Amino acid sequence: MRVFGIRLPAMSSLILWGMIWEIVGRSGLTFFVPPLSEVLVTLYSVLGTPAFQKALMETAYAFFMGVLFSVAIGIPTGILMGKNRLIDELLLPWVNIFLSAPLTALVPVLMVLFGFGMKSIVITTTLFAIWIIILNSRAGVLQINRSLVEMARCFGASPLAAFTKVYFWAALPEILGGVRIGVIRAVKGVIIGQLLISIVGFGALFELYSNNFLMAHFWAVLIVLFGMAFTISEFLAYLERRISYYAAKR
Amino acid sequence: MDMSPTRKNVVEASGFKVENAVSTRKISKNYGPVEALRNLSLDFPKGQLTSLLGPSGCGKTTLLKIIAGLLEPTSGEVEVNGRAVTGPGPDRAFVFQDFALLPWASVLRNVAFGLELRGVAKSEREAVAEKYIRDVGLAGFEKNYPHELSGGMRQRVGLARALAVDSEVLLMDEPFSAVDEQTRRKFQEDLLNLVQTENKTFIFVTHSIEEAVYVSDQIAILLPRPSRVSEIIRPAGFRSKGAENIRRDLEYLDIVDRIWASLRTYVE
Ligand SMILES: Nc1ncnc2c1ncn2[C@@H]1O[C@H](COP(=O)(O)OP(=O)(O)OP(=O)(O)O)[C@@H](O)[C@H]1O
Ligand SMILES: [Mg+2]
Repeated sequence: MRVFGIRLPAMSSLILWGMIWEIVGRSGLTFFVPPLSEVLVTLYSVLGTPAFQKALMETAYAFFMGVLFSVAIGIPTGILMGKNRLIDELLLPWVNIFLSAPLTALVPVLMVLFGFGMKSIVITTTLFAIWIIILNSRAGVLQINRSLVEMARCFGASPLAAFTKVYFWAALPEILGGVRIGVIRAVKGVIIGQLLISIVGFGALFELYSNNFLMAHFWAVLIVLFGMAFTISEFLAYLERRISYYAAKR
Repeated sequence: MDMSPTRKNVVEASGFKVENAVSTRKISKNYGPVEALRNLSLDFPKGQLTSLLGPSGCGKTTLLKIIAGLLEPTSGEVEVNGRAVTGPGPDRAFVFQDFALLPWASVLRNVAFGLELRGVAKSEREAVAEKYIRDVGLAGFEKNYPHELSGGMRQRVGLARALAVDSEVLLMDEPFSAVDEQTRRKFQEDLLNLVQTENKTFIFVTHSIEEAVYVSDQIAILLPRPSRVSEIIRPAGFRSKGAENIRRDLEYLDIVDRIWASLRTYVE
């Protein structure tokens, strides 16, 4: 974007929104919105506290475990569904149901089944992320050029070799697209899980802050979470762009 | 003209009985209600190039894929070197009409891919691949990716990959369709050399009558669906006259005319 002939760097509109936030905060309109500067100062002080670091570690752990399970289970399942009619018929209805289901409602059930701890949060995260990864991997495999499949057969590829040397790579652009959306959903899953279970990670922290009306702390942690989710999603979008050179030419 | 090509008998001018590398017996293929091939029998002599020529949609690709073992015939049998075909095998290699290259792999890896699938060690298969990349005139492009090549160059990568596995039978589905006329002529000459130097059996699908007559030892003309062999033509006289002279040869021009006469009835 250009203003008065000067090129503005990307996302410079954020500065404008930050200024509005600051003004609203200083006007004292509501205790709910403290000035941005106060939030940033709090953010800086909060970052070093053991409570925050513990929450961060726990969240990161739950998040990565959830993403790991969704990717490790989701991609092979999706590829299998794309390659095998029977498995596809069996699983596709369930994948579609869970993809659109309000998973938040399931969290209390998970708590009963798996306890009030980390396990339930990891499973919640996985449940949020896995379905779109399965569905995209399946779609990726279904669009593989038929000649590539025939080529693999013709040159004597074993099923495993065809899987690892052809199908996976041919479906990779769609798979990565699914992983990116899955990861964004995993961020939601890990936070919702923690909020509902609320004795570990940021759930506990939010509970603490809101009970004590520490709004600046609340916003500070929120900014950190938003920033992390955005960074992860941008990184995956970058990976996607790097392989898009062949996506159009398969 | 007394040298009208012999029909249906696979006897060379010298009188030797030629062995068949591939023979199809009474092949029928139905796609649901569509009858693509009906009772098609055809022999492919060893070490020779046979072209399949016929109107679009008559089942040439279908026949090639049945020979490759990629498609199952509804009835009938394919034999390669006397053994019945049940699936793809290392004795046959396929050159795909749409190249079927791995877009994420370099030219070198693509050409070596058939050997990679057979478990040949990396240094060994890359040495073989490099040789065939040179043979098809792509030296210097080993590190490039398919999307960086022109259509004709990609087609040559597909050809080199099929040559690199050193199969006895090469199945080529319109392998020169994506190149301009000049390159096409160059490829046809290369192909003639290849038939002479590599002791392989070539089965070649084309839409071009001139191309078929130019490169083939035997031309099978297929009828429209359901497809059978209507005629087998074996150009005999001009093969020895050298690549440059063939196109001016009387027999060559005669055969081209004859094929056109029998095919034109199928063109509205
Ligand atoms: N998978 C399929 N399902 C149904 N019908 C098919 C299928 N593949 C081919 N056919 C039909 O079989 C017939 C022969 O097809 P084929 O591709 O073998 O023709 P072709 O001779 O190679 O044509 P062209 O010269 O245009 O490439 C066509 O009429 C086509 O409609
Ligand atoms: Mg065809």
